[in-house]
Amino acid sequence: MSTMLENLTFKGGVHIPENKDLTSSKAIERAREPKTVFIALHQHVGAPCEAIVKVGDTVKVGQKIGESNAKLSATVHSSVSGQVKSIKKMYTAQGIKCDCIEIESDGLNELDESIGVKSDWTNLSKEEIVNKIKEAGIVGLGGAGFPLHSKLLSAEGTTIDSFILNGAECEPYLTCDHRIMLEEPEKVIYGLEVLMKYFDNCDGYIAVEDNKKDAIDCLSKASSDKDIKIASLKTKFPQGESYRIVDSVLKRVVPQGGRCKDANTLVTNVGTSYAVAEAIQDNKPLYERVVTVTGNGVNEPKNLLAKIGTPIGDLIEQCGGFKGKPGKIIAGGPMTGIALHSLETPIIKETTGIIVLSEEEVKIDKVEPCIKCGECVSVCPVFLEPLYISAYSLKGNMEMANEYNALACVSCGSCSYVCPSKRPLTESINHAQNEIKSKREIS
Amino acid sequence: MERIKQEPISLDDMLIVSDGPHIRSDRTVRRTMLDVIIALAPAMIGSIYFFGLNALKLIIVSCISCVVFEAGIQRLLKREVRIGDLSAVVTGILLAFNLPAPTPWWVAVFGAGFAIIIVKELFGGIGSNFMNPALAARAAIMASWPEIATNYVNPDGISTATPLAIMKAGGSSLPSLTRMFIGDIGGVIGETSAILLLIGAAYLIIRKVIDWKIPVFYIGTTAIFLLLLGIDANNIIYHILGGGLILGAFFMATDYSSSPVTPKGRIIFAIGCGLLTALIRVKGSMAESVSYSILLMNVAAPVIEKWTRPRVFGEVKRNESR
Repeated sequence: MSTMLENLTFKGGVHIPENKDLTSSKAIERAREPKTVFIALHQHVGAPCEAIVKVGDTVKVGQKIGESNAKLSATVHSSVSGQVKSIKKMYTAQGIKCDCIEIESDGLNELDESIGVKSDWTNLSKEEIVNKIKEAGIVGLGGAGFPLHSKLLSAEGTTIDSFILNGAECEPYLTCDHRIMLEEPEKVIYGLEVLMKYFDNCDGYIAVEDNKKDAIDCLSKASSDKDIKIASLKTKFPQGESYRIVDSVLKRVVPQGGRCKDANTLVTNVGTSYAVAEAIQDNKPLYERVVTVTGNGVNEPKNLLAKIGTPIGDLIEQCGGFKGKPGKIIAGGPMTGIALHSLETPIIKETTGIIVLSEEEVKIDKVEPCIKCGECVSVCPVFLEPLYISAYSLKGNMEMANEYNALACVSCGSCSYVCPSKRPLTESINHAQNEIKSKREIS
Repeated sequence: MERIKQEPISLDDMLIVSDGPHIRSDRTVRRTMLDVIIALAPAMIGSIYFFGLNALKLIIVSCISCVVFEAGIQRLLKREVRIGDLSAVVTGILLAFNLPAPTPWWVAVFGAGFAIIIVKELFGGIGSNFMNPALAARAAIMASWPEIATNYVNPDGISTATPLAIMKAGGSSLPSLTRMFIGDIGGVIGETSAILLLIGAAYLIIRKVIDWKIPVFYIGTTAIFLLLLGIDANNIIYHILGGGLILGAFFMATDYSSSPVTPKGRIIFAIGCGLLTALIRVKGSMAESVSYSILLMNVAAPVIEKWTRPRVFGEVKRNESR
């Protein structure tokens, strides 16, 4: 029997207009086959991969094309069958510049031989599970891009008694996780069972914000004969941030500077769990994902199952193209996502959405003096005083910014969102974090 | 501000690229100040109804002076002129609210100059004033022309003692509670009508412009300490409705820049205001004490804020593991 937990929440945070109805009722559609893909060799937290194919090589769908010996890294695979055209530096949807393998598709979609080899978690050992996840190149699909096998292995030596699947999807506009939970609840649950087994049958939770009642019902039904807990969370940003979800679901506090494992738990996105199920059941590596292409700047917002490496322009075109003049294109959610400047930019594993805001929606606000209203203090989910950290950061006083705990900031953007003076709070705190960290590395 | 480039880069004159968050709430400084003005409107209309054209004259003179002084000093100091944020208008209304009806117009002009130039702009402008400008101006007027600042009249224009002064003197001819509630009593023009002020206060709380904790803890603490200091329980309601406590607690003590930003700090600040108000009313020589209590706590606000810095989520003890 699955158990229900209700009205879970955390302190702080902010309510933001959701704008999810643009795509929440639209079923996942397979995106058109891209003519050319650009597979980034660095699309995860950790070390970049080395290319293991050369220009001129022919590759198949799901064939490994990049890997690294580093402990923290994730292999990358081709998402099309075709020929390697070039390996060049490009900006990816993560906003960084890195080597990308350009592959021209032959349109045949020929699968690598390894794909389709069936297996089942019940007769897999721990090592086999973690190896399959590693080979499939699975990373956190909620936007963080943390390699999953590294996460599992890093918990070695600590007791993990609970595994939480994050289906909060607290960012406005995004609905890719919502659709996955609605359309593939069995696979999401299957992936969770694999992860629960990995930690010696620990407790398993699927945490979903209560603006997705249908997904909660769907998961409850699909898990009715299983020992899984469905946690309904109050809708509030940034509920999906992993420490907030641990706090809400388990009432445990992840110590500052620590990781979830220090609270005896691990968290990963529901889409990641789906990818785990595919990797275990069909030996299918992570070469495609669901991307929500939305916003008032596109004609027909959709949830697309898109191949990694597809240029964002291709996806926008399939959604009817731009509606009016676009103002800003964001990879990820509007709170923590990254603004892109080119339609050639390829999507990566952690691209949850492509949001096109219209010209009118991205007016640049005039920055006014801080009026000390204290809103930023009341919404900060880690209980900082953003106004002071920001003031010190802008003055270049990083010692004081550090004194005010700049490093504890999770960059959720809530303070900047509520600020009536439109001050660059999150932006300047991020700047302070970088300065403080780089100084530490030097000394 | 110079260190981080504010202007996002626009490429091909088409896409804006900037750091997140990419969406912002529609709240602005101007909208916030406008909300305060809207909230003060009922009491403003009430003051004109009760005290006549004198009240209207004081409000207009005070507001215009505040705006003119602000524009003037900002231009003189080569700062950006920010009268559009409406904060000078708020100061103007609150200053007028703190004057008795017969006050000559030039006193309002003096008060506006003191509030805007000395208390607000010379300390850095909006958000940087360490005291509530309108209250500091009232204190300056009180010190300079005490007979003008305390020339309280009844709505009918006849000089009178305020209800608190009557109680302080041991008198018994107190106005009825209904009159106290509606505002048909002696006092400065904006403090008398509890009901109209409360309507505005409710609006501010619903709009989330002010934190309910400050007024509630302020008024609550005042009542408790008055009782502890031996005030008759039957008279407590007069103390709450009279002496500008409602005006002070909801509209003055909640001034952003002169009160703490931390949640705990706000409560301590409000309790301090309440304690001082009760102490001065009972033990001091003055009958009215809200202004001075808030001003004293304004000065203490930075220290309170330092004491009450929130504990960061998951904080590990300092010097440990970092």
